[in-house]
Amino acid sequence: MKVFNNGKAPDRKLNIYLIVGAVMTGLVLIWAVVGIFWTPYSTTQMSASLRFHAPTWSHPFGTDNFGRDIFSRVMKAVGTSAIISILVVAISAVLGILLGAITGYFGGIVDAVVMRVVDAVNGFPSILLALVIISLLGKGRQNVVLALGMAFTPSFVRIVRGEFIRLRDADYIVRARLMGVNKPRILFVHILPNIFSTFWVSVMIGFNNAILAESGLSYLGIGVQAPDATLGSMLSDAQGYLAKSPWFALAPGLTIVWTVLGAAMLSEGIGKLKK
Amino acid sequence: MKKYLSIFFVTLLAMTALTGCTGSTGESSEDNTSTTVSTTDTDTTQTGTTDDTNVDVVAPTGEPTYGGTVVVGIQQDIDGLDPHTVTAAGTREILFNIFEGLVKNTANGDLMCAVAEDYSLSEDGLVYTFNLRQGVKFHNGNLVTAEDVKYSLERVSGLLDGTPLISTMKTITAVDILDEKTVQVTVDSVNPELIYSFTAAIIPNGSGEDENANPIGTGPFSFVSYTPQEGIVIAKNADYWQAGLPYLDKVEFKIITSGETALLELQAGTVQVYPYLADSQVTELEGKMQVLSAPSATVQALFLNNSVEPLNNVKVRQAIMYALDKDEINLFVAGGDATVISSAMLPSLESYYVDLNDTYGTSANVEMAKQLLTEAGYPDGFDLVISVPSSYEVHMQTAEVIVEQLKAVGINASIDAIEWSSWLSDVYTDRNYAATVCALTGDSTPGYLLNRFTSTSSKNFINFDSADYDEVYAKVVAATSMEERGIYYKELQKILVEEAATGFTLCIANKVAVANDLGGYQFYPVYVQDMATVYYVSK
Repeated sequence: MKVFNNGKAPDRKLNIYLIVGAVMTGLVLIWAVVGIFWTPYSTTQMSASLRFHAPTWSHPFGTDNFGRDIFSRVMKAVGTSAIISILVVAISAVLGILLGAITGYFGGIVDAVVMRVVDAVNGFPSILLALVIISLLGKGRQNVVLALGMAFTPSFVRIVRGEFIRLRDADYIVRARLMGVNKPRILFVHILPNIFSTFWVSVMIGFNNAILAESGLSYLGIGVQAPDATLGSMLSDAQGYLAKSPWFALAPGLTIVWTVLGAAMLSEGIGKLKK
Repeated sequence: MKKYLSIFFVTLLAMTALTGCTGSTGESSEDNTSTTVSTTDTDTTQTGTTDDTNVDVVAPTGEPTYGGTVVVGIQQDIDGLDPHTVTAAGTREILFNIFEGLVKNTANGDLMCAVAEDYSLSEDGLVYTFNLRQGVKFHNGNLVTAEDVKYSLERVSGLLDGTPLISTMKTITAVDILDEKTVQVTVDSVNPELIYSFTAAIIPNGSGEDENANPIGTGPFSFVSYTPQEGIVIAKNADYWQAGLPYLDKVEFKIITSGETALLELQAGTVQVYPYLADSQVTELEGKMQVLSAPSATVQALFLNNSVEPLNNVKVRQAIMYALDKDEINLFVAGGDATVISSAMLPSLESYYVDLNDTYGTSANVEMAKQLLTEAGYPDGFDLVISVPSSYEVHMQTAEVIVEQLKAVGINASIDAIEWSSWLSDVYTDRNYAATVCALTGDSTPGYLLNRFTSTSSKNFINFDSADYDEVYAKVVAATSMEERGIYYKELQKILVEEAATGFTLCIANKVAVANDLGGYQFYPVYVQDMATVYYVSK
């Protein structure tokens, strides 16, 4: 999508979204990766003498109802949430590319059928759909990934299909076809790289939605099981202590805000980049 | 950008909305429990409280006054008004105000005479003779006659139509009217605890099925109206036989299924009494209302399936007993307000309870546990899955603490959170589990919690199999006096502890919010909301 700035030179201003978003997301990712291998305190060790401590230098986010260090638990939880969300996006993106490419490029009866199914699935809020799938598959980490992956696929299918429809009659594709290039090569070598700028934006949005949806599911107690934690299950644990120790809810809550905001700005930045 | 922000806020909103839902799911699962307790005879209970709080009970000062209306918040709708057929514990606790039996439960766990003035038991323990109290009136104004008593007892014992409505009463073989104030009941076997079943309501002769629409009893309050999903209203029985009771003119039981709504109503003063508070609610109400606390009629435990490897080894079970730090569990899940227990007896039943906490100690003894594990052939520990009903936060939290405590002695425990319904079928009925955290409800008959651990009991879901226990229990059944039974009950508790049958942990406190100007609220060791003694204090 070329935008003409009334004949002016293209805007070369600093892409503030990209920088801030990349920094925020980068910090979270570093924090999460470190958290997977090392945390300042044990994430499960309980201590009767440390219950409900307000934030201090040794426990920057305070301690929870079992006397566990919230900072360490949030570190670990971010990692768990991030891994789940990345897997969710991976599943739905791969499925989205396959289905979107085929329906978008070929059209016809396959397109009609697949898209009506996608419309039907799209009719349900993704979290509701995930709830239904989980009630069929059962709780647990893998099932959350599968359920959200399925729930998020339709939006990717739509985006990829739209791009393929736009590009399938482009001159270079018509020529490739005339030269007798085989179909998979046209789909995935000639067209696919050209949709990446749009695609990455939707991957980032998908990642955000996955973080929020996973938190929602864990908040309802059907995601990762105790004593492991994700951001959502920590929020749910903290709910009963809002008045007594607000930092308990604040830490995972702000982390969700930070992560989602960072990824949203990053995707906005990527969107601006291609103009 | 706007779009992402709006997605974000919508999700935030959705999560707030879900908060409301969790509150209400929690509550409804609670009433499911109460219902299930009675209908399937599962006796598993009771919800979930978390957290700790030091509750300051500010007793209101001032003289009791007569009159006034109190609104009591209840968590679930009632399942009927016929006192003989209702099954839900949540219904019976309300009907306690409308109906009375020949005898009646008291707050200290004993019985007092109600419709009967006194009673005597024959030497052989097979014939009960009840002398009826003079001048006890039904709510319809009629005096209670021996005919009414005979009818009521025959109805519950199945003599009337062959189906006993109260199972313990089926031992009654005859109800005879000796004279207009004396009724004689003959039973076919001796059971010193049968007298507790005579708390069954006395209703007018022939009223039977009508009770559901128009309940008539002899209790301190008479029935006024019932609106499904809304609540039930009762009013003072001016003719009540206990002089001076009740104080209140009217009591409304209002159904509030959401915990959040209940909090708002309490704070707004539209509800004056709200039982079974979660500890997070206690935090909110502290300082604003009286929050009263008493041990509940439940025993919580880490139940161990005595027939699965390696828990079938008594040394392994004893190691687990040593590994448990009950003081820590008490602090973490009940704020230190619960009573630490070691066997299956309610501490409130003082005459039968024996304190066995010293056997394994109330805090962890890691060396002892490890040594026993080594002797049992598991020096490196083993894997243990603890199945926990996920709707009960208190049990989930307890399990979480126990997992850590077991880890300290090398047992690699993990939590399997399951639905309440699958808990009932897989764990309780099919006994297909290794360990679970849950609680059993007791009642005022001391043997109630102990009889399930005999090897042949259908309720013995831990598969406890001890010849000693069965032998002593046989003596209980043969014993004809409660004193004698008491001795054997204590022996049974000791056997459970010595054999490390199961890791009994806590008797968790029941907390009730009561408006600041109310006095006289009483806790019962049974599931009851007694409004007769509640009064407004004078200003």
